[in-house]
Amino acid sequence: MSHIRSHVMVCAGTGCTSSESPKILAALEKELKAHKLQDEIRIVKTGCFGLCSQGPIVMVFPEGACYSKVTEPDVAEIVSEHLVKGRIVTRLLHMEGDEGETATSLAETQFYKHQLRIALRNCGVINPESIDEYLGVDGYTALERILTEMTPPQEIIDCIKKSGLRGRGGAGFSTGQKWQFAYDAQSEDGVKYVCCNADEGDPGAFMDRSVLEGDPFSVIEAMTIAGYAVGAGQGYIYVRAEYPIAVKRLEIAIAQARQYGLLGKNILGSGFSFDIELRLGAGAFVCGEETALLISIEGHRGEPRPRPPFPAVKGLFGRPTLLNNVETYANITWILNHGWEEFAAIGTEKSKGTKVFALGGKITNTGLVEVPMGTTLRTIIEDIGGGIPNGKQFKAAQTGGPSGGCIPAELIDTPIDYDSLSAIGSMMGSGGLIVMDEDNCMVDIAKFFLEFCVDESCGKCVPCRVGTKRLYDLLCKITDGRGTLEDLDTIEELCHHLKSSALCALGQSAPNPVLSTLRYFRDEYVAHVVEKRCPAGVCRNLLRYEIDPVKCCGCTLCARNCPVNAITGAVKAPHIIDQNKCIKCGLCQSNCRFDAVSKH
Amino acid sequence: MKSLEELRAIREKMKQQMDLRGPSEDHIRVVVGMATCGIAAGARPVLTAFLDEVEKRGLQNVTVSQTGCIGVCRLEPIVEVFVPGEEKVTYVKVKPQMVPVIVEQHLVNHSVVTDYTIGAAE
Repeated sequence: MSHIRSHVMVCAGTGCTSSESPKILAALEKELKAHKLQDEIRIVKTGCFGLCSQGPIVMVFPEGACYSKVTEPDVAEIVSEHLVKGRIVTRLLHMEGDEGETATSLAETQFYKHQLRIALRNCGVINPESIDEYLGVDGYTALERILTEMTPPQEIIDCIKKSGLRGRGGAGFSTGQKWQFAYDAQSEDGVKYVCCNADEGDPGAFMDRSVLEGDPFSVIEAMTIAGYAVGAGQGYIYVRAEYPIAVKRLEIAIAQARQYGLLGKNILGSGFSFDIELRLGAGAFVCGEETALLISIEGHRGEPRPRPPFPAVKGLFGRPTLLNNVETYANITWILNHGWEEFAAIGTEKSKGTKVFALGGKITNTGLVEVPMGTTLRTIIEDIGGGIPNGKQFKAAQTGGPSGGCIPAELIDTPIDYDSLSAIGSMMGSGGLIVMDEDNCMVDIAKFFLEFCVDESCGKCVPCRVGTKRLYDLLCKITDGRGTLEDLDTIEELCHHLKSSALCALGQSAPNPVLSTLRYFRDEYVAHVVEKRCPAGVCRNLLRYEIDPVKCCGCTLCARNCPVNAITGAVKAPHIIDQNKCIKCGLCQSNCRFDAVSKH
Repeated sequence: MKSLEELRAIREKMKQQMDLRGPSEDHIRVVVGMATCGIAAGARPVLTAFLDEVEKRGLQNVTVSQTGCIGVCRLEPIVEVFVPGEEKVTYVKVKPQMVPVIVEQHLVNHSVVTDYTIGAAE
């Protein structure tokens, strides 16, 4: 066997898979064979590098050259130039910014420079379908140490407590405390459970998916350690069925761990037994709520129940249950291997460590980023995210999905941590970060998120079932131009009722997008109500297309394209739009060659 | 089911292989000229010989890569060795049988094989 001189990493996360990275993989294999290089160059299928908008990503080591937007025909050039002759194909290197700066290695890019990867440490570094590669990055050293030394569970729990790790699923409860409750809880028959919440339902969030796709073993190892710490013998991962790649990699990972004896009976000869089963969610957003999730695992309809009793006391099948989010688990072995001191040194006073965000919306670098807690929104959007495309103005950022709130441009210097975000009426949430520019109507955004909650409300409690719907109707009234100023007060009042009386977090947090946009963009609501005008030009019923009689030369192009025949006029004479017939589709404007149609 | 020892052995083996993906500033770099002139003069078997030799000795801190034409085509195959903190050494007219000597004396024992260098050839 000859020495492997080069590793070619091809991203096989969902983002790059949809931009056809499997074809790149196949072409690479073919080309390497054609050049007889298959014995000295290894192709490694990896998880997400984070630069999803630039996919498919191919990285070549030892040079660390990062190629972006690689297409099938490019593969032959990468092989014949880079891998045969050692010449980096500069035209395919990842470009950053308008200056055309090319970075040969990912670490040099603005996108990576400000990041600190703990939960994502192995994503894009290892092959997620190989337990050997996970072992090669010190995987399973934490479990090995704990089981050979028989570390007292309390010691592990104390270490997690002192690290200051808080739940990454959204609520931000102390993870160590949660472990302590589950450890202290008495089970009548001695049975306890460890569960993992991988039901990531927020629109625009894909942190957990990327961790599961890129580094499933770190979650499995952490759950095994959690099982040892709280005294559980069985674990469940509740993952959405909409994540086929994550499900497949988890299945492979669990099978490999069992084969190596790292799951199952008598792990590493220690006498400790632990196994994990997958449960696929059928796509209900409410099943991300902990009580609904556990009920769903039991095989019932996914509906939340009142707490207490908390799952740590009475959870799955009525037994004490520890439930953590994927990203929370992904931090555990790092903390145990590096020590709590190192983790606690990162972040702010009350929010330790790092947080992964899924950057989306009106931003140049759509993708996955991990930053230390306390990093400002400005750093994330301007430096890492590369700013707003097309020279538009940043207007607001939405964190926490439908449960979160909007952060306006004037608060862009807010440090991102649990407490600063709740102080300004938003929340950390699971980590979706949607960026909006001047073309987004904030009332419309609030309506969008609310509509999501109306659809996803399980209907068990009245405030959520009826309240979200009524709230949605009121917002529709405003965007239709039928709203009154009294409606704004009604909306606010209804929001507060919903917050205080809904059964679970879904209903309690559903008004957040409405409240925060009302708080920071009240003028936009007022413009809709009083002036019957949508400042961003989004709400159709408030729009008006008009033809400038001076610019119009009567070419009839608009009239011929209007789907409802709302435009009339003689040839070579100015045309007129009948506002009663107009459906505001905007076709006349996009078709006009004389810039005569304007939108108001 | 793997024993603790087996797991540790896999970990060590994988670490060696994956070392390639980490920072490589402290690595000795062996660069083989693989432009048309190099390949025509027989650079390909030289590169393979380096890979075999590095694997045989289990050298961890060595990166073998290629480069384009250096300019002195008449002296190909050319191999350059970069030891961190030292001046680069250029070997010329390298043949596969010279490779074990270069690896043993230069890469392992840190003494340049003067007979094979460009200075000796000129």
